[in-house]
Amino acid sequence: MSHIQIKNLKKSYIDQRRIARGEEKSFKNQDIVVLNDINLEFQDGEMVCILGPSGCGKSTMLRMIAGFEKPTSGHVLINGEVVSQPRADSIFVFQHSGLLPWMTVWENVELGVRHLEDTEKKHKIIQDYINMVELGNFENHYPHQLSGGMLRRAELARALAVNPDTLIMDEPFSGLDFLTHMKMREEVVNMHEFIKKTTLVVTHDIDDALIMGDRVIVMSGRPSQVKLERKLSFGRPRDLGSHPELRELRDEIFFMLGVSYAV
Amino acid sequence: MPHKRIIYPLVTFFFIIILWELVTRFGDISSNNFPKPIEVLISTEELIVNGKLLKNTVASLFRVSIGFSLAVLLGVPLGIILGRLENAKFLFNPLVQFLRPISPLAWIPLAMLWFGIGDPPAIFLIFLASFFPMVVSTSVAVESIRPTFFQVAANFNFSRYEVLTKIVIPAITPQVITALRMTIAIAWLVVVAAEMIAVQSGLGYLILDSRNALRMDYVMVGMIAIGIIGLLLDFIMRKLGNIESTAWGRLTK
Ligand SMILES: Nc1ncnc2c1ncn2[C@@H]1O[C@H](COP(=O)(O)OP(=O)(O)OP(=O)(O)O)[C@@H](O)[C@H]1O
Ligand SMILES: [Mg+2]
Repeated sequence: MSHIQIKNLKKSYIDQRRIARGEEKSFKNQDIVVLNDINLEFQDGEMVCILGPSGCGKSTMLRMIAGFEKPTSGHVLINGEVVSQPRADSIFVFQHSGLLPWMTVWENVELGVRHLEDTEKKHKIIQDYINMVELGNFENHYPHQLSGGMLRRAELARALAVNPDTLIMDEPFSGLDFLTHMKMREEVVNMHEFIKKTTLVVTHDIDDALIMGDRVIVMSGRPSQVKLERKLSFGRPRDLGSHPELRELRDEIFFMLGVSYAV
Repeated sequence: MPHKRIIYPLVTFFFIIILWELVTRFGDISSNNFPKPIEVLISTEELIVNGKLLKNTVASLFRVSIGFSLAVLLGVPLGIILGRLENAKFLFNPLVQFLRPISPLAWIPLAMLWFGIGDPPAIFLIFLASFFPMVVSTSVAVESIRPTFFQVAANFNFSRYEVLTKIVIPAITPQVITALRMTIAIAWLVVVAAEMIAVQSGLGYLILDSRNALRMDYVMVGMIAIGIIGLLLDFIMRKLGNIESTAWGRLTK
């Protein structure tokens, strides 16, 4: 179970260009402020989709939830406990593949269950998840021998095999062709319906967010704040065609991000 | 054509020999200064039969193997430490960068003073020539490991030992193999020079000794042997780079 709270989260980076110019780095207020006072809460088992303009700090926020980076101020709490380092119960799926290229698909998936003593059980878990993402027969392939979509699926299998309480996915569908994108999206939704783990998905695609999310969050450009937060209590299967409210929300988000759907 | 890799180089060498024959036959050069291919061939046979070629080749290879292996065994771990630990880098990197540009040949006087004559000074020089390139390439390779891999390691609760064996070592392997290939070529260059000074055997000594006896045909046999062995060493190192689990290093990025 994982219940995540983000409290007064701020993140700023030191402006490297100013240091390169030899200026004093002590003026805190001149640092690049990426996230400015974010407050959010994710319920256990919820799938939350996060939208926002490029460079607004979505990946940065996910990295702090995962414990890869420390906030400048404020904190992230998981089940009431401050996140201070990465933990094996919240698994991160990377925007650019996080598979280890020197390991086969099998060895990569094994990483999360490598401490299991019961070898038979271990092998069954690995095989089950590899089969689940339809990579049976590719166990002994190395990442460079897989297509983009297969890489994402292998990484998803690796994450799920850990049976984590939280799944953190940074643009899991970016760079995929249309059909693979649709198929992966369906797989992630089915997977979530089945295991009901807290799942955070950052995406650039508004339709993805509206179709997948139990909730959608829109962030503003830098310094980033939460601009919109909306619960989506629609059943599944869900599509935009049969829900005028979703289409309205889509237009609202497009407007908010400063673009228009109809051109 | 499937055998391009073999036939094309043979064609090149064939033309070089033809050219060599033409120059020595029609050029105004005495056979003492530039022996003909056939003379060198006969001398090669002589040196093979009397065992000198084999003995000197083995002597050179022995020194290179010891000096180069020591350099790899010490240089790669030191490179990993410099690449991973910032304090170690601040402490030792300036020293490494200071010693690196000093040609191994500049060490000859000290090497002879410290180690006398024979194998030890020659091995020491080869070690020096190989050690710094290995340290520097390894630490650069470690520093260029994608941060994502360390985040994956942290995410999956890797121990320090696992970070070393499952992330750092495999990640740097392709670059370290390339460095081995570059470095053994340097070691092979240096052994010949070292043998001209400190020892009484080896291909370098064969060349020097033949020059003193004004036998340019033997000098050329020695040069050819050096070239062929260099080619073989490079071939072996390249085979090492073809291991399947390092293929990603050639195919990605
Ligand atoms: N290590 C860092 N040092 C300095 N600035 C950084 C660092 N990491 C991120 N930033 C800055 O923080 C901002 C947010 O980056 P982040 O990767 O979180 O954006 P994002 O919302 O995920 O963008 P995208 O949708 O394009 O992936 C960017 O402007 C980036 O320049
Ligand atoms: Mg991002």
